[in-house]
Amino acid sequence: MKQEKAAVLEHQNFQGEYRILRLAAPEIGPQVRPGQFIHLQIPGMGDRILRRPFSIYKASGEGVSILYKPVGRGTEAMIPLRPGAPVDLIGPLGNGYPELGKGRTPVLVAGGYGNAALFLKAKELPLKGVAFFGGRTAQDILCVEEFKALGWDVRPTTDDGSLGTKGLVTAAFDPWLEQQDANTLELFVCGPNPMLKAMGDRAMAHGFTAWLSLDKNMACGVGACLTCVIRRKTADGWEWARCCKDGPVFESREILWDE
Amino acid sequence: MNKPRMEIKIGSMMMKNPVTVASGTFGYGPEYAELVDLNRLGAITVKGICPDEHVGNPTPRTFETRGGMLNAIGLPGPGAKGFLKKYIPFLKQFDTPVIVNIWGKAMEDYGRVVELLDDEPAVSAYEINLSCPNVKEGGSAFGTTLDMFSRTVELVRGKTQKPIIPKLAPNVPNIGSFAKAAEECGSDAVSIMNTMPAMAIDIETLKPQLANRFGGLSGPAIKPIAIKLVFDAFRACRIPIIGMGGIFEPEDAIEFMVAGATAVAVGTANFVDPGTLVRVIDGIETYLARKGHAAATEIVGMVKA
Repeated sequence: MKQEKAAVLEHQNFQGEYRILRLAAPEIGPQVRPGQFIHLQIPGMGDRILRRPFSIYKASGEGVSILYKPVGRGTEAMIPLRPGAPVDLIGPLGNGYPELGKGRTPVLVAGGYGNAALFLKAKELPLKGVAFFGGRTAQDILCVEEFKALGWDVRPTTDDGSLGTKGLVTAAFDPWLEQQDANTLELFVCGPNPMLKAMGDRAMAHGFTAWLSLDKNMACGVGACLTCVIRRKTADGWEWARCCKDGPVFESREILWDE
Repeated sequence: MNKPRMEIKIGSMMMKNPVTVASGTFGYGPEYAELVDLNRLGAITVKGICPDEHVGNPTPRTFETRGGMLNAIGLPGPGAKGFLKKYIPFLKQFDTPVIVNIWGKAMEDYGRVVELLDDEPAVSAYEINLSCPNVKEGGSAFGTTLDMFSRTVELVRGKTQKPIIPKLAPNVPNIGSFAKAAEECGSDAVSIMNTMPAMAIDIETLKPQLANRFGGLSGPAIKPIAIKLVFDAFRACRIPIIGMGGIFEPEDAIEFMVAGATAVAVGTANFVDPGTLVRVIDGIETYLARKGHAAATEIVGMVKA
């Protein structure tokens, strides 16, 4: 974990409403493990003061890249960032995805640009398999060719049927699951929380492992403020676990979902 | 020119500079140890500890506002024994005094938590949280009624020889009377201020933004309130004041000192920029040197008003 004054290298449209921000961060870049995130201080936020967390899409000795969509005050304030602009980063943060278990078959499942958080894992995994990517429209399914180039069998789903199977990601996943030896599967999942819960429920019902990357509002990002807590099951009940420090990746059996 | 002396004293506790952290914004120390050199700090003030483990509030627990944030974390923590076991070995590695923030659900808890902690030499002082707006039991009631305030401080005073520092609530009609009462009950200093009770509402769902409905406002938005409270308290008591509320830059800390604070605490700014602490320490020193002061204590309460 480092705090680093980074500089914008590239910031442009990626696809549809999505944008890519590539940052020179030679201290943080080489430390990144798949599934970790950075905490970004966005310049020009004025009286909105807190950092914003972003999943890391790519990382190298040069720095890190993120994919994002302007959806709120923080991400909208990022739009004017030009190459050369200074940006303060803390990272890499969180635990990321674990190693693939022995004899397991990896599966990727993502909602929207959640697959950006899976890219480094997709690259690192010793085996490639099926990748289920869901989104509202074809514009919301990113990086298909990149994942294919890594050797993944990408199965898109869209709410409007503009790409792949029509429906939620489960519309493609569920029929596929019926053909599999479920307990050998190991899922790496990132996306909106209802999708994570849907995949977690299937993991528990069918006896496979699912690593879910949770998204909760954060303040500090380093485990101090206890904003981003979720309920984690214990032998005799539950305890708070911090998404930023103890997560953001949790195994489906650990999570006690708020109903 | 000689370097200005940065050391200050709170009762028997020596601090190598006037800068600590606001309880609850820095965890128990390890959370920030990779980003902040803990040996640089005047003191580490840890998150509130009560006698027993406490679970805290449901989520959402914080909400960003203009120039600040609301929090209603609800003081989750490992309890006194859990704290000693889990964090003291870590904290002992540093040449920095540890101020333990203590709180209770009932008055006797304040005595009990000190009994459990007091034999530990690495616990340097106690900050008494009498003003947390976010716990249903006790909490702010201890800090807003003078009689309960004094009885609680006296109870703690009777349990320890270490410095005790009541943390004052901002939402009282006369901060001076609480500062004076703290002094009369044997306190070594007072902390000013805790967060300001506050609320935000989502106009789409019509629900409060915090699960606890209300929270405490912190950050730059409250700084002018805190400056006045320190100014008022400085005129009402002779014990040192630890000033806090929206310190983001060295100039903010210096302003607190000029208003009457002997020491300062950086809070919400830790979340925004963990580099703030060292920047504030260095900035105070630079200011003192530039103004020709020999010691940090020389500027305390020097406001011309």
